Amino acid sequence: MSSTTAAAAHDDHHHGPEKGLLRWVKTTNHKDIGTLYLWFSFAMLLVGGAFAMGIRSELLQPGLQLFEPQFYNQLTTMHGLIMVFGAIMPAFVGLANWLIPMMVGAPDMALPRMNNWSFWILPFAGTILLSTFFMEGGAPAFGWTFYAPLSTTFAPDSTDFFIFAVHLLGFSSIMGAINIIATVLNMKAPEMRLMDMPLFVWTWLITSFLLIGAMPVLAGAVTMMLTDRNFGTAFFDATGGGDPVMFQHIFWFFGHPEVYIMILPAFGIISHIIPTFARKPLFGYSSMVYATASIAFLSYIVWAHHMFLTGMPVAGELYFMYATMLIAVPTGVKVFNWVATMWKGSMTFETPMLWALSFVFLFTIGGFSGLMLGIAPADIQYHDTYFVVAHFHYVLVTGALWGIIAAVFYWLPKWTGKMYNEGLAKVHFWLAMISVNVTFFPQHFIGLAGMPRRIPDYALQFADFNFISSIGSFAFGLSFILFTYIIVDCIRNGKPAVARPWESAKGLEWTLAAPVAYHTFDEPPTRAEILAESQHS
Amino acid sequence: MKLLLTITGAITALIGSKSALAEYTLNMTKGITDISQDIYWLHMMAFWVCVGIGFVVFGAMFYSIIAHRKSKGAKAAHFHESTTVEFIWTGIPILILIAMAIPASKTLVDIEVLDKADMTVKVTGIQWKWQYDYPEEGISFVSNLAQSSRDVIKASPEEREAVHNESDYLRSVDNHLVLPVDTTVRFLITSNDVIHNWWVPAFGVKQDANPGFINDAWAKPNEIGTYRGQCAELCGKDHGFMPIVVDVVSKADYAAWVESKQAEKVAEAASATQAWTEEELVAKGETVYNANCSGCHQKDGSGIPGVFPAMIGSEVTNGPAEYQIGLVLNGMGGMPAFRMLSDTDIASVITYERRSFGNNGSVVQPSDVTSAR
Repeated sequence: MSSTTAAAAHDDHHHGPEKGLLRWVKTTNHKDIGTLYLWFSFAMLLVGGAFAMGIRSELLQPGLQLFEPQFYNQLTTMHGLIMVFGAIMPAFVGLANWLIPMMVGAPDMALPRMNNWSFWILPFAGTILLSTFFMEGGAPAFGWTFYAPLSTTFAPDSTDFFIFAVHLLGFSSIMGAINIIATVLNMKAPEMRLMDMPLFVWTWLITSFLLIGAMPVLAGAVTMMLTDRNFGTAFFDATGGGDPVMFQHIFWFFGHPEVYIMILPAFGIISHIIPTFARKPLFGYSSMVYATASIAFLSYIVWAHHMFLTGMPVAGELYFMYATMLIAVPTGVKVFNWVATMWKGSMTFETPMLWALSFVFLFTIGGFSGLMLGIAPADIQYHDTYFVVAHFHYVLVTGALWGIIAAVFYWLPKWTGKMYNEGLAKVHFWLAMISVNVTFFPQHFIGLAGMPRRIPDYALQFADFNFISSIGSFAFGLSFILFTYIIVDCIRNGKPAVARPWESAKGLEWTLAAPVAYHTFDEPPTRAEILAESQHS
Repeated sequence: MKLLLTITGAITALIGSKSALAEYTLNMTKGITDISQDIYWLHMMAFWVCVGIGFVVFGAMFYSIIAHRKSKGAKAAHFHESTTVEFIWTGIPILILIAMAIPASKTLVDIEVLDKADMTVKVTGIQWKWQYDYPEEGISFVSNLAQSSRDVIKASPEEREAVHNESDYLRSVDNHLVLPVDTTVRFLITSNDVIHNWWVPAFGVKQDANPGFINDAWAKPNEIGTYRGQCAELCGKDHGFMPIVVDVVSKADYAAWVESKQAEKVAEAASATQAWTEEELVAKGETVYNANCSGCHQKDGSGIPGVFPAMIGSEVTNGPAEYQIGLVLNGMGGMPAFRMLSDTDIASVITYERRSFGNNGSVVQPSDVTSAR
């Protein structure tokens, strides 16, 4: 009895959110910071999307219509950088901030002040990156992979600002990852065992280790670029004894784990949504955890499959081909488990489920083209064509982004305490689903027919499919206006949501009232509560 | 507004003049070498394997979506674990992958291991053109995007037909690479500046051209014909405008071509010793400039501020000729060396730059370049 009284008395001292704008600057609350991350990444998604619209407008027809080639290259470069570092990664960190403490029964993130800092670095890094457009010589124009020496000896002066921005983005990511590891391992409810944790927590824990391993390597690569450009070193310059191919090894040693950083949390999200709407526990919980860990491990030892044409020795090519093909196994296991979860379920198709099913379907198509790309001899014909562009947009747009959108619809009632407009949300889903395929599916064909990527103008035999792809992309772009409306409408006018808006949803977050209180889990959940909300019971 | 015009223009063009667009292809080329055909086979094999797996996985998924829905009264089962099933769907993919890896490894080794070549061609990527050297035959030339394509790149929406009427738009060059049929050719591939990639789909050859390093690749074309490709590694501003055109000809035609190229070289050398008039130099220089220099310094000599210096009123084009000759021969910073051009070409392009764009520099003779080398 006395403990209840103490808790009640304690509650009186609790602060709600501070009033005014300073709340957002000074906040150390995981929910506030999650919100900041999500809005920031959404703004960046729109910026990166605007660049994509520019790219597709130029490619609508053969001939140069809108941009100089140099500016076109700036657009493709910034589209990639903004989408990867500004939109997808921060969106997942935002979801982690909102959800992980609630899912593990923790009151907040383990390192709240660092949490604030790791977010507030982002707007500055993003601004520095975007400001390069207004500098003499223009923004970086060497592709998001910034291969030396195009990015060193032959790059505009603004490249040094790009380097600084990448360093800042890297700090932010590393701090975010440390925070998540500390939260999961130290703050989870004492009664929660590792194998009780929901899959979103598991996938993010593993992703955090990928971030900690990969981001410093990226920092190393850009630092070497910086000294090559300004201090007379020659890491990547053959005339000084360096090697431009070494840049690619270092970049892809970061870059390959990076692509799994962008997809593993989405795997986690999908593993929450499908069981809920199939009304059946997740099939193969432990094999999902092991598969995620295997993918993470393999992601560190396959980097040179991006480099089959650099002149690697044949033994190296064989090894990287085999290792790459091996990744299909744990990834396949995940897809099979999702399908087995649906099997003999009792399915309904609310918006989050539509996005999740679409994810399984389209991500698998991206996985198929990935398997084809992994076959080194065939990669000779695929490499750096639109086939690759189609592949990585299938895994990153209809994979990573689809996972984020599915998560937004799934947890929006919990975050806002309100329901979104289900009818409009379904219209939005079908608009996006159809237009994204009209955009990216024909790119397989133009790639196989021989159109290289990153070119502002193309030969006439590629014209028809480029036209279709551009029209699709405009419709896809428009779908985000509808998305914005649905979210804003939900926040402003949504009908009140119940604590557990999806009848079979499992997870500690659903035990909390809606709208969720500013501070939650002052008292950790009990063993019984944890087991009742477990994904595999 | 301009965008809107473009879109409307494009829709009209597509509906109105469908025939103007070249034929499209859906699939990878089979090519004309044994290797390219092996690659095509691997590609189709992998494709059908994916189709098969997709059929099973998506079949199960869509069956479930249709049959196991709540609205049809489906009651959820409760199974959620089976070690046996997990083993099966780990094991079967591994077996499929091994079956795919065996032919892939064989082709890869065929591609990478070449015992003996009949001839060698050195391919050098240069922003944004290709240089071809036949070391044994003593032939060397530079291959640029054809002027006819260059002229219509920026056609306005109203003149769009010009692009559609240009045959092999962006895929034609001034000097074709010429190779004999049924001959094993070794390509030594390198770069003068950034990384390029030499790609001829019909040969199944795509290889990075790395500055300071030499990569090799090989092809044995089986069929006479003209084959087109493009640079396949982002190499800066005009990456999209450095195509590759290869003529595979009969052995007799090849021998005749080699002879004519060698005779051309002798004539070139002779012309370099003559004195040229300013008009002759400027006229020749304009062609050389448009092919080699206008990509960066722009056709009107205005350059791009902060990246590529302007020719107009520049200290270089109006200053001492020796400095400019040295600059063109040896390059500087981001500008590559143009040693591969003949003395006559260099003298004429420098004269063009010094006497056009309102500049007032001196005339440079081929002999000046010869002595500067």
